[in-house]
Order: sequence, then structure tokens, then C-alpha cells
Amino acid sequence: MLEIAIKGSKKYWIWLAILAVIMTAGVIAYIDQFLNGLMTTGMSRDVSWGFYIANFTYLVGVAAGGVMVVIPFYLHDYEKFHRITILGEFLAVAALVMCLLLIIVDLGQPIRALNVMLYPSLKSILFYDMLVLQGYLFLNIIIGWKVLEAERNQVKPPAWTYPLIYLSIPFAIGIHTVTAYLYCGLPGRGFWLTAILAPRFLASAFAAGPAVLILLCYVVKKFTKFDPGWEAMQTLSKIVCYALIANVFFFFCEIFVVYYSNIPGHISHIDYLFFGLHGHNAMVPWMWTSLSLMFIGITLLIVPWLRNNKFLLPFTCIMIIAGTWIDKSLGMIAGGFVPSPLHHVTEYAPTLKEGMITLGIYALGLIILTVLYKLATTVKEEVRG
Amino acid sequence: MMKKSRRSFLKVAAVSAIGIGAAPAISLSSSSTNSHGSSHAAKSPNKGAKTAKRWGMVIDTSKLTEEVVEHIVEACHKAHNVPDFNHEVDEGKYPKTRPVNHKQEVKWIWEEHFHNAFPDKEDEFLADKFKHLPFLVTCNHCINAPCVKACPTQATFKREDGIVLMDFHRCIGCRFCMAACPFGARSFNFRDPRPFIAETNPDFPTRSKGVVEKCNLCAERLAKGEQPYCVEVSKGAIVVGDLEDPESEPRKLLDKNYAIRRKQALGTEPSVYYIM
Ligand code: SF4
Ligand code: SF4
Ligand code: SF4
Repeated sequence: MLEIAIKGSKKYWIWLAILAVIMTAGVIAYIDQFLNGLMTTGMSRDVSWGFYIANFTYLVGVAAGGVMVVIPFYLHDYEKFHRITILGEFLAVAALVMCLLLIIVDLGQPIRALNVMLYPSLKSILFYDMLVLQGYLFLNIIIGWKVLEAERNQVKPPAWTYPLIYLSIPFAIGIHTVTAYLYCGLPGRGFWLTAILAPRFLASAFAAGPAVLILLCYVVKKFTKFDPGWEAMQTLSKIVCYALIANVFFFFCEIFVVYYSNIPGHISHIDYLFFGLHGHNAMVPWMWTSLSLMFIGITLLIVPWLRNNKFLLPFTCIMIIAGTWIDKSLGMIAGGFVPSPLHHVTEYAPTLKEGMITLGIYALGLIILTVLYKLATTVKEEVRG
Repeated sequence: MMKKSRRSFLKVAAVSAIGIGAAPAISLSSSSTNSHGSSHAAKSPNKGAKTAKRWGMVIDTSKLTEEVVEHIVEACHKAHNVPDFNHEVDEGKYPKTRPVNHKQEVKWIWEEHFHNAFPDKEDEFLADKFKHLPFLVTCNHCINAPCVKACPTQATFKREDGIVLMDFHRCIGCRFCMAACPFGARSFNFRDPRPFIAETNPDFPTRSKGVVEKCNLCAERLAKGEQPYCVEVSKGAIVVGDLEDPESEPRKLLDKNYAIRRKQALGTEPSVYYIM
């Protein structure tokens, strides 16, 4: 099947070449970081995780969001999703590869990364996070590949893929739950120390993942002969809408508990994010933008004639992706680390190099996504034509 | 020993069950005993080594003056090869050293205001003498240490005598322990620290970039029967001893004085006490 990937139009190759250039820039920046240490980043003693872990968290959500097409199709026989399930699975693959790379570039001693497996510490959530992320990655690769191959040969996928498909559902929930547990089990971080964190992560993931998928459907429709189907996209947009409402609702639950209980160790973080603390307010415009984008997104999706507008929908999705990204990556990191456990306010902003490395990883993710989507759409065109 | 190997066996069994495969599991059982050999040392101590059931520290805040504090910090950092970002780099030895970011500094013990050391005890009407007192903060060698739990490689581990130690050669630099520590006790080597060490102490390892470090309660000194560096220069402001021994110096102080610990509500059970 792989031969499909190397037979492409000029546009296809130009696109891949552009991505390769961005990726190379990322690699060059990473070589510098590898040689000189994480001093090249904006992280500090007080804000010890930054842009990498922020984007990691977001992308775990995007990967988990893929399950929103798997559940309706495989559990509820929702036929409309038949065409796009593979897109969801391959999106998860690309997102997970990016996640794992973001973890690697965040390590101070990347060469020792395998120590996590060599000296497993069964009390460390990071150990379990590695397990579920890798498990979900392999599941999606195998499932996506086998299902696509079967489609190409016009046979049913082998029977053994079905248990794997069902298994991938709890894994999808699992990767994001465990990722939330990385944060919410830490005693000294008031912002993260909340039982609503995992549900909030999932809600925002089930909004962001399908929103990305809708955008990709537009792209696929424009650049290939394969049509994912407007009805499927409509259903997706409803899923985005309700997940986003849940996300905002959970956020307000958090706000209520924090401000009504009036416990300083919890208030100070949200104060910092939304109003600034001791004159430090770098996050304030971002957080209000994020909240506004999510509200606008909900409005545009809840009103039927706005949601049904083919021209508007991609813009709605972009707003939602941006809103949830700010909320979950920037906000989650800055809110968690500022103020520090000793109530110092050390602000964080990524450096150019940090940004380049992250962009490089996104570029690689897009390369993987492009190739996988090319496979998927070509096979589907072949079968229909 | 018996207990240890049984524990590793259980871990091996669990890990193989999860499906990582046998090869890494085998190397786990052999190396975890090696690199944590220090815990055996604690059980069969050298002659003259100081031992304890649970090491702890008592800081008498009334004896802390700016001068004493300065000496303590300097003694600890010098002896443990902690880099000082204000140190002028020897251009001959380390050419093209990039400028430092002071927010990325490394520290094992340092001065804080009362309301930073005890943010949950901030009080408008706190006596002035406390407001201006230089408080010292360091690793608390917590009984329920969140950093130990968080560490995915056991590079941070707890010795049976209560000291929380680091294996600099195993640490992968994920900084999960820094997120987990509620006391900001840990520092990450964002860069090679060596250009910023004025005089290297050959008896203590220097670190490489990319690993985390913190106060080790001078485990290397206690093993030789000596007092921690900070205790030595503290003019009586710091004592270190066995918290479980009622006759120990810290316990005698705790019997006679009111002492508090940092963020007790979190349940990490710090082993560092502050006499008020
Ligand atoms: S003070 Fe921090 S670093 Fe020290 S043992 Fe407690 S949690 Fe770990
Ligand atoms: S940075 Fe090192 S010591 Fe800290 S959790 Fe990671 S591996 Fe363990
Ligand atoms: S006990 Fe040793 S390592 Fe810890 S602060 Fe004192 S001198 Fe430094």
C-alpha cells in the first residue's frame, strides 16, 4: 500500500518539501538545545515545564478526540462516519508521534529516556502515561492500516481487529485521563489539584479533536477526489458543540469552587491568569481571548443556521481550536506554575528556539498526517471509482 | 537484602506482565541493587558513621542573622559544587560561554522571607521581627515525598533513614519531581554548571547539564561521622540528628520550643522544623 505515498502530484510534493524545510529548522534548533541544554528555552527554576509540555497536553487531547468518530461508528453503527473513521485514527497516529517527540525534546537527558522502562517506578504517573500513549499509538497504527487494507481489497477487516478497535476506546479515554493525573495528583499545585481536571481535559479534547477533524475534512475535500460527506461533518460539529459546552461548564464549576471557598492557594493562580498578580499580567489578554473564542464558538455551533453554513464552519473550528489551545496549553502551564510554591511570580514566555523546535515537530506531524491521509483518500477513491 | 530483592522481583513480575518484555526487566533487577547501594551502606555503616532512624533538621530562627545565613548558603554551595551564576566565567577555560538567565539558577539552601517560606501562614499582624528575619529554606526530606513518588526512573529515592537522595546518572531530566515538590526545593541544570563553579571540590561530584539536584542532607558527611556543612557554620542555628531518638539534639530542642514545619496541611511530613 505504501507505494501510493510516493505517487503524488506536484502540489503534494511541494507541500511536503515546505514541511521538510520547517522540520529541518526545528532539527537545527534542537541540535543547539541538545548541545547546550535547556538554557535555550524560556523555562526557569519556577516554571520548570513550558511550551513542549503545553503542546504535548493539547495534542494528547487531539489524539484522544479521534475516539469521537470511533464510538459512533463501531458502537452505534452510525454509517455516516464510515468514511471518516480512518481519518480520525490516522489523526491520532500523527498527534501521538508529536506527543512522544515533545516529551523527548523536553528531557534534560534525552539519551537516558529509556530509563523510564529500564527502572520503572510503579508509583510514577509518567510511567503509566508512557504505557498508554504507546499502546494507543500502536493500536491506531494497526487498526488504521488493517481496516484500510481490507477496504482496498474489498473484504471485511480481519476479525481480530475488532477487539483491538473496542480496546482503543478505553485507551483513548485513558491517555487523556492519565495525562490529567500527571498534573492533578501533585499536592502543592493549587491550580491543578482538582478532581475536575481529567473531565475538563476530556471535554476540551472532544471539542478540539473533532474540530481539527472537520478542518481536515475540508482540506481533504478540496485537495483530493474523496468527499468525507457533509452530513458526517455536521454530526461532528454537534459533537464539538456539546463537548465545548461541557468544557466551559466544567471551567465554571472550577471557578465557583475556587472563588466561593476563597482559599488563597487556589485563587492566586486563577487571579494570575485572568487578572494578573502583583503587577504581572502577561497571561491576561490570552485567557480572556480564549474564553471569548470558546463562547463565540459555542454560539456559532448551537444556532442551526450558523452551524449549517458551509462557509462559516471552518472559521468556527479555527476559533475553537485556538480557544482550547490557549486554555489547555498556555493556561495549564502558566496557571500551574505561577505563582510558585513560595509565592513568587516568575512569568514564562517561550524563546524563539523553543518555538522552532515545537514547530518542527508539528511539521513532522503534518508530514505523517499528509502521507497517511494520502493513503486513505487514494484507497477510498480507488474503491469507489 | 532479602526484602529488596523480593521487591524487585515483584516489580519485574509486574512489568513483564504489562508486557515490556524480559530484557529490560532483567537489567532492572541487577542494576537497581547496584545504584541504590547507598541504602545498604546505611544499614551496615562505616565505622564512625552517623546513623539514624529518621534524619531531621531543626532551625532556630532566632539565631539566624544575615551574616550567619550568608555563611551557611556559601558553605553548602561551595562544598557541593553548586554553580553560582554571578561567578565570572574563566574565558580561557570556557570560551564562548553564553550569558546566564538568573531565573535558571541552582540552589540547595537559600534565604526567603517568612511569607514565602510559609505562604499559608501569611499574616497582616505578624510581628515585625519575623517579617524581616532571613528564613532559610531547603529540601525537607519529606516522609511522604511527592518528588520520590513522581520520579519515573527512581533517580530520586528515599533512603531508609529518611534522606531523600538523587542519582545524577539515572535522572532523565523530565522535571516531574520539580512540579511535584511543594517547597520549590529542587533545581534543574539548564546548562553545564561547571563554568560557574569557582573552585571545584574534588570530593563531591559535579553535575552535568540536564539533571535535577537538591540538598542531600550531607549524606556524604554523615557517612563519615561528620556534621553537615550548614550545621558547622551555623553558630548553633541549625542542628541535624535523629528525630526518632528522644535523646537527640533536635528532639531536645523540639521538647523545649514551639516549632513549625512548612505546609504541614499537605501531608508530606517535612523533616525540617523551624523554632519560632
Ligand atoms: S522538600 Fe521537595 S524535594 Fe525535598 S523531599 Fe520534600 S518534596 Fe522532595
Ligand atoms: S528530573 Fe530526574 S529526578 Fe526528577 S523526576 Fe525526572 S528523572 Fe526523576
Ligand atoms: S544539609 Fe548539607 S546539603 Fe543540605 S543544606 Fe545543609 S549543607 Fe547543604
